[in-house]
Amino acid sequence: MEFETVIGLEIHAQMKTRSKIFCGCSTEFGAPPNTHVCPVCLGMPGVLPVLNRQVVENAIKLALATELTINRENRFARKNYFYPDLPKGYQISQFELPIAEHGRVEIEVDGARRWIGITRAHMEEDAGKLIHAEHEPESYVDLNRAGTPLLEIVSEPDLRSPDEAVAYLKKIHAIVRYLDISDGNMQEGSFRCDANISLRPMGRQEFGIRTELKNMNSFKNVQLALEYEVRRQRDVLLDGGEVVQETLLWNPDKNRTEPMRGKEEAHDYRYFPDPDLPPVFIDEEWIERMRASLPELPDPRRQRFMTAFDLPAYDAGILTASRELADYFETACATYDQPKKLSNWIGTELLREYGPERIGECPVRPESLARLLIMIEEGAISGKIAKTVFAAMLESGTEPDVIVKEKGLVQMSDEGALQALVQEIVAVNPAQAQQFRDGKTKVLGFFVGQLMQKTKGQANPQIANKLFRQALAAGPE
Amino acid sequence: MKITRKEVEHVARLARLELQPEEVERLTIQLDTILNYAAKLDELDTGGVAVTTHTQGAGNVFREDLVHEALNREQALANGPDQNGEAFVVPRIIS
Repeated sequence: MEFETVIGLEIHAQMKTRSKIFCGCSTEFGAPPNTHVCPVCLGMPGVLPVLNRQVVENAIKLALATELTINRENRFARKNYFYPDLPKGYQISQFELPIAEHGRVEIEVDGARRWIGITRAHMEEDAGKLIHAEHEPESYVDLNRAGTPLLEIVSEPDLRSPDEAVAYLKKIHAIVRYLDISDGNMQEGSFRCDANISLRPMGRQEFGIRTELKNMNSFKNVQLALEYEVRRQRDVLLDGGEVVQETLLWNPDKNRTEPMRGKEEAHDYRYFPDPDLPPVFIDEEWIERMRASLPELPDPRRQRFMTAFDLPAYDAGILTASRELADYFETACATYDQPKKLSNWIGTELLREYGPERIGECPVRPESLARLLIMIEEGAISGKIAKTVFAAMLESGTEPDVIVKEKGLVQMSDEGALQALVQEIVAVNPAQAQQFRDGKTKVLGFFVGQLMQKTKGQANPQIANKLFRQALAAGPE
Repeated sequence: MKITRKEVEHVARLARLELQPEEVERLTIQLDTILNYAAKLDELDTGGVAVTTHTQGAGNVFREDLVHEALNREQALANGPDQNGEAFVVPRIIS
């Protein structure tokens, strides 16, 4: 039997703010446990939470970027449950009137583009962190993260494969990074994702029984966990069994999903409006002010790269994967106006060392990369030497001209100087020379290689080719 | 009856309350009385009244995104039933 996969994702993006959502404690990551806490985020009685304006502005930006409709009046609600990382016994979230609903983003998988619906986005506070003791039956509660602002983004069950789910996740990730409203760091947990997944016989309308997957803290783990769960559910269904509705944790060490033990509860959160927080009203003027502050987003930028720089879709997609990388490319392009050559170089040499998210850490400034490519263009260095120079630039951040000068890497383009070496190489390799004359012109590569060895790669390859052709055509002396 | 024994037991479990059978019996009757009293409000015609969650008429109360000084850790942990100087210590829940 053929099955169709149905996936919906819940993304929690930690908002990039200095202070927490309802109090002025710092949101900085990695501080010693329980040093960024106050009576509000500790859930002491009698305190009053006050909403951080920046959180609302970040949410409005996301709504505008994903075609969500902003609720002009939205409210906070209490989601009640007991867990040691939740000091108040309830999480302040949004329920009936979230800040935004009914949006969509376009994804592309294997060249096919599809719109994926977004059910809603709402503001809420994060819980604290539990550290489980190795050998004792106890856990340690760190409340630094409690009260950190989150934007929860819930997709429609529109995703039909693990590939689509990852493409959607990457799209939302790119958008929050472009908007600069979340740092999107999956390892540090500032961009998390849970998935609901079910299978149904191809062509059937009703959804199958779903499981919820958690603990997938990288794009790769999301892909692997969903692929595993598709196989597992298919096996259960093909055996005539029924999928059990449960929460599963991805175990990256064992490469499988496992039932989550302990936290399972009847989900009965008894939501009710939080009396401490008055409603949020968002008027046209505020929305338009936020709209005016939006940067160019990944999709339009990709389109522009294709038309303005005449780049293939593939290149444009890679270069706009992050705002930093796209900025890097455009800055370099302003100095070296050969977009495709620049794209090739970035795609191979640069991204191998610094991925789109890490480009900000790269010590090579875009202007310096452009300068390096200009040096190739002008014949000052060969493409091969340029790679050596680039490696040195990555290590030290030094300008290419300086490295070429210091290391004596200037390309040898002087025919006179090369001629003697060419003659010598031809003379000591009579067999290969004869092969060339017999029509096996491929051995030219062998000769050029010999010259490159002797000149440590500095011979200008075009001139080397020309000189060997002349020398070999001239025949044995 | 506005509420059943079963619902009382469910709510007690959600609130982590351990109730004796006779307490369940007594609370079911008391809660039923309270709910019946509150149900008087249902007699009002609220057809023309907007859904109201807040009565003060306030909205858009914000704070600017500024960091204030945190409690020192000793104070922060002082009220915990068990702590180790760095963190609150709780029984392990996930096995």
